Amino acid sequence: MSDEHHEELSWVRKYVFSTDHKVIGMQYGVTALLFLFFGFCLMMLMRWQLAYPGEPIPLIGSLFSDATAPGGVMLPEFYNQLGAMHGTIMVFLGVVPLAVGAFGNYVMPLQIGAPDMAFPKLNMASYWVYFIGGAVMLASFFVPGGAAQSGWTSYPPLSNLASEGQTWWVVGMIFLIASSLLGSVNFIVTILHLRAPGMSMFRLPIFVWSQLVTSFLLLLAFPALQAAGTLQLMDRVFGSSFFLPSGLVVGGEVLAVSGGGSPLLWQHLFWFLAHPEVYVLILPALGIVAEVIATNTRKPPWGYRSLVYSMIFLGFMSFIVWAHHMYMTGMGTTMSNFFQTTTMIISIPSVVILTAMVISLWGGAIRFTVPMLFALAFLPMFGIGGLTGLPLGLATPDIHLHDTYYVIGHFHYVVAPGTIFALFAGVYHWFPKITGRQMNQTLGKLHFWTSLVFINGVFMPMFWQGMAGVSRRLYDQTFYAHGAAVQDLTIISSVSAWLLGLAQLFFIVNFFRSIFAGPKVEDDNPWQATTLEWATPTPPPHGNFPVTPTVYRGPYEYSQPGVEADFTPQDVADAKMTAGKA
Amino acid sequence: MEIPHVVEVHPETGLANAKLGLWLFLASEVMLFGALFSSYILLRVAAVEWPAGSTILNVPMATFNTLVLIASSVTVVMSWASLKMNDFAKYKVYMGITIACAFIFLIVKYFEYTAKFDHGLSPASSTFLAIYFTITGLHAIHILGGIVVNGYLLGPGARMWKTDPEQFTGRVEAAGLYWHFVDLVWIFLFPVLYLL
Amino acid sequence: MENVMYGWWLPPDVSTHGHQIDFIINFLHWFMLVLFVGWGVFMAIALVKFRARPGHKADPSGVTSHLSTYMEIGVAVIEVILLVGLSIPTWAEQKSEPPAEDEVGLVVRAVGEQFAWNFHYPGPDGRFGRTDVELVDGGNPLGLDSKDPAAADDITTINQFHFPVGEKVLLYLSSKDVIHSFSLPVMRVKQDAIPGMTVPLWFEATETGSFEVGCAQLCGLGHYRMKGYMTIDTAESFAAWMKEQAELASFEDDYY
Ligand code: HEA
Ligand code: HEA
Ligand code: CUA
Ligand SMILES: [Cu+2]
Repeated sequence: MSDEHHEELSWVRKYVFSTDHKVIGMQYGVTALLFLFFGFCLMMLMRWQLAYPGEPIPLIGSLFSDATAPGGVMLPEFYNQLGAMHGTIMVFLGVVPLAVGAFGNYVMPLQIGAPDMAFPKLNMASYWVYFIGGAVMLASFFVPGGAAQSGWTSYPPLSNLASEGQTWWVVGMIFLIASSLLGSVNFIVTILHLRAPGMSMFRLPIFVWSQLVTSFLLLLAFPALQAAGTLQLMDRVFGSSFFLPSGLVVGGEVLAVSGGGSPLLWQHLFWFLAHPEVYVLILPALGIVAEVIATNTRKPPWGYRSLVYSMIFLGFMSFIVWAHHMYMTGMGTTMSNFFQTTTMIISIPSVVILTAMVISLWGGAIRFTVPMLFALAFLPMFGIGGLTGLPLGLATPDIHLHDTYYVIGHFHYVVAPGTIFALFAGVYHWFPKITGRQMNQTLGKLHFWTSLVFINGVFMPMFWQGMAGVSRRLYDQTFYAHGAAVQDLTIISSVSAWLLGLAQLFFIVNFFRSIFAGPKVEDDNPWQATTLEWATPTPPPHGNFPVTPTVYRGPYEYSQPGVEADFTPQDVADAKMTAGKA
Repeated sequence: MEIPHVVEVHPETGLANAKLGLWLFLASEVMLFGALFSSYILLRVAAVEWPAGSTILNVPMATFNTLVLIASSVTVVMSWASLKMNDFAKYKVYMGITIACAFIFLIVKYFEYTAKFDHGLSPASSTFLAIYFTITGLHAIHILGGIVVNGYLLGPGARMWKTDPEQFTGRVEAAGLYWHFVDLVWIFLFPVLYLL
Repeated sequence: MENVMYGWWLPPDVSTHGHQIDFIINFLHWFMLVLFVGWGVFMAIALVKFRARPGHKADPSGVTSHLSTYMEIGVAVIEVILLVGLSIPTWAEQKSEPPAEDEVGLVVRAVGEQFAWNFHYPGPDGRFGRTDVELVDGGNPLGLDSKDPAAADDITTINQFHFPVGEKVLLYLSSKDVIHSFSLPVMRVKQDAIPGMTVPLWFEATETGSFEVGCAQLCGLGHYRMKGYMTIDTAESFAAWMKEQAELASFEDDYY
C-alpha cells in the first residue's frame, strides 16, 4: 500500500483496462467469484423444485415471470434452463477463470520471478473477451424462450431445435473459448521464457507446472469445441444439417431440412474438449493444494518429480479418453475396449498424485491454518470423487450408472469439495500477499467446518440416488417409483445445499471485511514460505520485483538439515545465513 | 519495467516471445482445422451419397485462387527478406503485393459464393455445401485477419521500423508465418473440397 | 413381484445378465472402501502424530518405504483384472453380440419421441411392416404403411411394453426426433436412442412383474415424464395380451 507508483496512469488505465497481471488477476478473481455465487444461487432454486416438486418457491417465488415460474411454481423449461446454465457458468465462468485467470495470472508470474506476463495487452484482452462472453450468457436469460436449456453438453438435435437462447449460448461459448486461447498462449510463453535467472524447469513450484499443463490442455482441446460451436451456429442460423440426420419427425411434422448429418459428431467434438476440460478444473487445484501443504507441513512435498511427470502424463492421456462419456451411444467392442483401457490408465497418475500428497504429511510439523484445513479436506474429498470415477470408467457398470445421479455425485465431489475447496485454500493462502491484510481465522474455521459438513450432505446422498437408478436432469424424480422411494435423500441434499449457502456468509463477510479492516501483515512472508511470490513487497508493485531475483535452489527447501530456520527461500544464496527474517 | 525476450531469443527455446506465441497459436489453429477436417471425413463416410466437388464447385476459379495465394506466400517472404537487407522501400512494395493478393482472393471468393447463392445453393442445401461454406468461410475470415495484420504492419505499424527495427522485423516474420499457415490450409482445402 | 422394493442400493434385478454388472459394482465399491479407509486412517494418524507443537520438528526426508509404490501397483493390477476379466467380456456379450432373430423369443422395435416410447411388434407373421416418415400422423405415430402386407398384423403401442419371461428379447432401438435413452433399471439395460441410427439390444427376464421404462437422456421439457410401463408376462399372458392388442387394432381400423 505504501509506495505510490511513479508512472501516472489514469484510474481507468490502472483499474479497468490495466495491463498489469495482478490487476487482471484480481478482475478475474472478483468476476469469477461472483459467477460462482450466481451459479450456486441457480442451483439453490432448482433444489427447491427437486425436494418439493410442484410447490411454489417460498419467499421469492412471486418475483418470477409467468414464463418461468407462474404462481411461484417452476416450469420444466425453466428447470432445464437453470440446469444448463448452472453447469456452463460453474465450469466456464466460475472455476476456470478463478483457477487459471485469477490465481494463474496473479501468482504464476510472481512465482517464476517475472515482471509481468509475456504479452500484457493480450492478457487484458483475454479478460475483456471473457467478460463479454459472460455478459452474453447472462443476457440470454432475457431473450424470448429464455436461456439455453439443453444441458451444458448441448447435445443436438435437441439443441438444434431449442429456442433462441441456445444461439446466445453458442456465441457466448465462442467468446469464452477465444479468451482461453489468448490466455493459454500467454501463460505458456511466460512460463517458458520469463523465468528469473536460476529458475530451471525443475525448480518451478508445482503450481506453475499445473498451470503449464493446464494451458496446453486449453490450447489444444478448446479448438474442437470452437469447431463444434461453429457447426452448431451454422445449423441454427444458416439452416445446415451437420447434426441432423434425414427423416426427423418433430411434433408430428417431418422436419424440413436437408438432413444427412450426424448427432454423434457433436458428442465426439464436445467430449474431445470436455474431458481435458475436467483436468483443467482439477490440475490448478492440485497445484494450489501442493503449495499449501508444503508450506504448512514445513517439509518438501513427497516426490516432486513424480508429481510433475504424473501431471504431464495426465495431460497427454486426457486427449484419448473422451468417449468414456459416450459408452451408451451404441459403440462396438473395439471402441469401448480402447476407451475403458485408456480410462483405467489415466486413473493411475491421479492415484500417484494423490498418494504423493497424502504421504507428504508424514514427518511434517503440521500447522492447522485455515488454508491448510481446506487443502487437507481436499484430499479425501477428491479421493471420493476420483474413486467413484472408476465404476463409471468401466463400460459395463456404466450401463447402470450412466446419466444417473451417481455421475452427478462423482463429478461434484471432484469439483465442489475438491476444486472449490482448493480455491478457497488459495484465497486464504494468498489473500495477505494480495491485500496486505490477513483474513479472520475464526470466521475462516467456521466457514471450513460448516462447508465441509453441508457439502457432504449435498453430494453423498446422490450416490445412493444414482445406485437406485434415478436419472439426472429430472424435473421431478417422484414420477418414477424408484425415484419416489429415495425422495427423502433428495430432501436431505436440498436442505444441505441451502445450509451450505448460508455457510458461505462466513466467507463473504470475512472476505469483504478483511479487505478493509483485516489486521495488516507485518512481514512480506507471513506464512514463512519459500517460493518467490513471498519475496516481493506486499502488495507487489507494478513490475513486481524491485530487483530481478536470482534463484539458487528448489522450490520447497523446508527444514533442511543444518539450517537454523525451518525454511530457505528460493532466492537466498547461502542457506546457512539466517534465512528470511522470521 | 522491461519484459525479457521481446527481441533477443531465449537460450532454451531459441525463439523470441512473439514467435513462440505464434507457434503455439498455430498449434491451436491446426487443432481447429483438424477438427473440421475430421468432421468432414466423418460426415462423408457416414453419408449415403456425396457429390464430387468438381460437379458443384468452380474448379478454375479455385485454381486461380490457389496460385494467387502461393504467390502471396512468396511475396511475404520477400518483404521480410527486404527488411533483413535493410531495404524498407522494397518491403513496402512486397507487403503491398501480398495484401493485394489477399484482396484478389477474397474478391474471387465473393464471386464464387454469389454464383452459388444465385443458383439457390446454400448451407441448407446439402451437407457437402454446408461443410464447404463453413470451412471456406472460416478460411476467408482468416484471410481477412491476415489483411488486417499485414495492413497494420504496412501502415501505422511501420513506424516501428524507425524506433526498433529488430522488433519490427520480428513482427513481420511472425505475420509471415501466420500467412503461410493460412495458405497451407487452403492448399489442403482445395483438393479435398474441389477435387475429391 | 407386485410390490417392488426400491431402496438405497441397486434396484432388484430380474435379468439374466444383471448379476454380472452388479458383481462389478459391488466388488468395486468394496475395493474403493478399502482404499479410502486405508488412506483415511493413514492420514488421520499423520495429522495427529505430526501436528506442530513445541519441541517437534519436521523431518524433510518423510516416507522412505516403498509401500506407496506397491499400493499403486496393487491398484493397477486390480483395475486390469476388473477390466479384462469382467468388464470387457460382459460388454462384448451384452452390447456387441446380439443374438440372431431366429434365436430369440421376441423381436420388437422401440422408437422414442418427445415424450413417449412407441413399441412395434411384428405380429404373427414375424415381419415388420414398412414405415415411412411421410405417413406419420396422430393415429399412426410410427408411419406404418397400411398398404404393405407385412404391416397388416403389426401391433403398435404407446408406452406399453410387454414381453415374455424366460425368453431372449431382441429390440431394435431408434428415435424420431432427439436423443433419448431407453432405460430399464431392473433389467440393467440402458441404451441411447439416437435419430438416424438403429441399435440392436437384447435381454432376458428371469421373473414376471410390472416395472417402468425410463428415459435417461435430457430430451426437452417433458424429459422427466417420458415414462413407459414394462410388463414381463408369462408365455400365456403374453399371448393373451397380443391377441387383445390385435383385436383393439382391428377395431380401430373399422372405426376410422
Ligand atoms: C475435475 C473434474 C473431474 C475429474 C478429476 C474426474 C476424474 C475422473 N473421471 Fe470424471 N467427470 C467429470 C469431472 C471429473 N472427472 C464431469 C464433470 C463428468 C460429467 C459430465 C457430464 O456428463 O455432465 C464426469 C463424468 C465421468 C464419466 C462419464 C460417466 C457417464 O456419463 O456415464 C466417466 C467415465 O469414465 C468418468 C471417469 C473419471 C475417472 C476414471 C477419473 C479419474 O481421473 C479419477 C482418478 C482418481 C482416483 C482413482 C482417486 C484416487 C484416490 C485415492 C488413492 C484414495 C485417497 C483417499 C484418501 C486421501 C482418504 N467421469
Ligand atoms: C465446476 C463445476 C461445478 C460446481 C463447482 C458445481 C457446484 C454445485 N452444484 Fe453442480 N453441476 C455442474 C458443475 C458444477 N456444479 C455441471 C457441469 C452440472 C451438469 C449440468 C447439466 O446437467 O447439464 C451440474 C449439475 C448439478 C446438479 C444436477 C441437476 C440435474 O441433473 O438436474 C445439481 C443438483 O443438486 C448440482 C448441485 C450443485 C451444488 C449444490 C453445488 C455447490 O457445491 C456449489 C457450492 C458453491 C460454492 C460453495 C461457491 C460459492 C461462492 C462464494 C461463496 C463466493 C462468494 C463471492 C464473493 C466473495 C464475491 N449441480
Ligand atoms: Cu426422452 Cu428424456
Ligand atoms: Cu471424462
